[in-house]
Amino acid sequence: MSMQLSVKSRLSSTVASLKPSGIRRFFDLAASMEGVISLGVGEPDFVTPWRMREASISSLERGHTAYTSNAGMPQLRVEIQKYLEERFSVSYHPENEILVTVGASEAIDIALRAILDPGDEVLVVEPCYVSYEPVIRLAGGVPVFLKTTMENQFKLTPEELETHITPRTKAIIFCYPNNPTGGTMTADEWKTLLPIIEKHDLLVISDEIYAELTYGRMHDSIAALPGMKDRTILISGFSKAFAMTGWRLGYVCATPDLLAGMLKIHQYTMLCAPTMAQMAALEALRHGRSDMERMIESYRQRRNFVVDGFRQIGLSCHEPDGAFYAFPSIASTGLSSSEFAEKLLMEEKVAVVPGDVFGESGNGHIRCSYATSMEQLKKALDRMESLMGKLS
Amino acid sequence: MDSKKQRELLHLLEEDSRMSAEQIGKMLAEPTEVIERAIATLEAEKVIVKYPALINWERVEDHPYVNAMIDVKVTPKRDVGFDEVAERICRFPEVKAVYLMSGASYDLSVVLEGKTMREVATFVSQKLATLDSVVSTATHFILKRYKHDGIELEDRDEDRRMVVTP
Repeated sequence: MSMQLSVKSRLSSTVASLKPSGIRRFFDLAASMEGVISLGVGEPDFVTPWRMREASISSLERGHTAYTSNAGMPQLRVEIQKYLEERFSVSYHPENEILVTVGASEAIDIALRAILDPGDEVLVVEPCYVSYEPVIRLAGGVPVFLKTTMENQFKLTPEELETHITPRTKAIIFCYPNNPTGGTMTADEWKTLLPIIEKHDLLVISDEIYAELTYGRMHDSIAALPGMKDRTILISGFSKAFAMTGWRLGYVCATPDLLAGMLKIHQYTMLCAPTMAQMAALEALRHGRSDMERMIESYRQRRNFVVDGFRQIGLSCHEPDGAFYAFPSIASTGLSSSEFAEKLLMEEKVAVVPGDVFGESGNGHIRCSYATSMEQLKKALDRMESLMGKLS
Repeated sequence: MDSKKQRELLHLLEEDSRMSAEQIGKMLAEPTEVIERAIATLEAEKVIVKYPALINWERVEDHPYVNAMIDVKVTPKRDVGFDEVAERICRFPEVKAVYLMSGASYDLSVVLEGKTMREVATFVSQKLATLDSVVSTATHFILKRYKHDGIELEDRDEDRRMVVTP
């Protein structure tokens, strides 16, 4: 007689209780269909510029295949320091305040694990990247969601922040420019939040992976504001700005005490980021600016095109100032995000991501990535117009 | 329209000259009429010279053309330098491009298109080499084009991304 093992009983209760990603369900559905136009892709449509690929190949030819230091190649950390200072006026010391990670995803994970004790609450600005909630739970924390709305351009307000703070609140995590809304925050808007953050002694985890992808103005990092560097954990990486998603290379910057904690987790789990990816990143920071600017220009043009397109077909849409997502409202159709996205996929073969997978406040919206060719965008808008015609 | 937007407009047209003024207007956040006016001005100023299609002739069956690059050494003339002979070479319809070169062992680089290698050879020996100022020629036939006008003709990167990702 064979013994039946319960899979659930072998998993930790935390892991067993995690919900599968809503994006995954859509991926499976879309992947099974032919002729789908995808606006569901959360990564650049550019291939990593050749100079970075070539730098990595060259490093392999020269035999750079060994581990690097746990915190990342010293010369890469120096370049990151220079880059952050020049672009966003934030200054971190390359020796003990910068850690190179396996993507920004690892940086988020180790930041949370380094600061959370069981039961600590983490404020999460919604709609948010799908990983925040599960990673907080895996670190023993409790996510508490702060809502943002299209009427407010998806910006976090002081009122919303203050309402949800409790004695157990340890930190706040957000991503600006935002995935999925494309919303951004200006320095003046950050300043309205600082007294509350200081009063309640909150740590700030600022995911700035889309920092380079802003249109019309430079990104304002909360870490650059007076008094904020000491309480901010700044996370970024190479995936979005340099079209290097598959290289899995990011970094986290924080004060030496916080960074030392994160380094412990990193060295016991990842040891170090891949050497060949670090070589490519070094090239990106030293010589990749023009490639990046070319891509940003293209994203801005396509953003203008799709936002106008959504409005033309009757979907109200906030003009995103950053990232490469539009987050139009589909509330006027009377359908939920998931219903609309499913109908759009099944009837018109256009894949978008339902807004509610990014949290409750994303319901009534769909996330459309415009990191795809103009030809595909035009076709997708035509098909969406056809669906809107059927729904009216 | 400011010069930055004008450059963007030119880049867009260079990438796809069939793009409509309306579409470009949306992309650059400018009214269609402004784009139309800007294009008309750029055409009048000869900044936009032509709207060609970039054809990969290698893929066209029985394409009857061969291309050659010819290094031409010439004797420059008083007052007109290389210009006179260059202009004369430009007038031949089979000549696709003429460049004055520096640092080479020749002076003019002439890009030629002919139906057969014999036709190119005839042109070089009977038309080009016999010009008064021409001292010597060296003809190189193009065997295969890999990249032209910034476009890789064969190895186009496909979208390898998953349909839906975070």
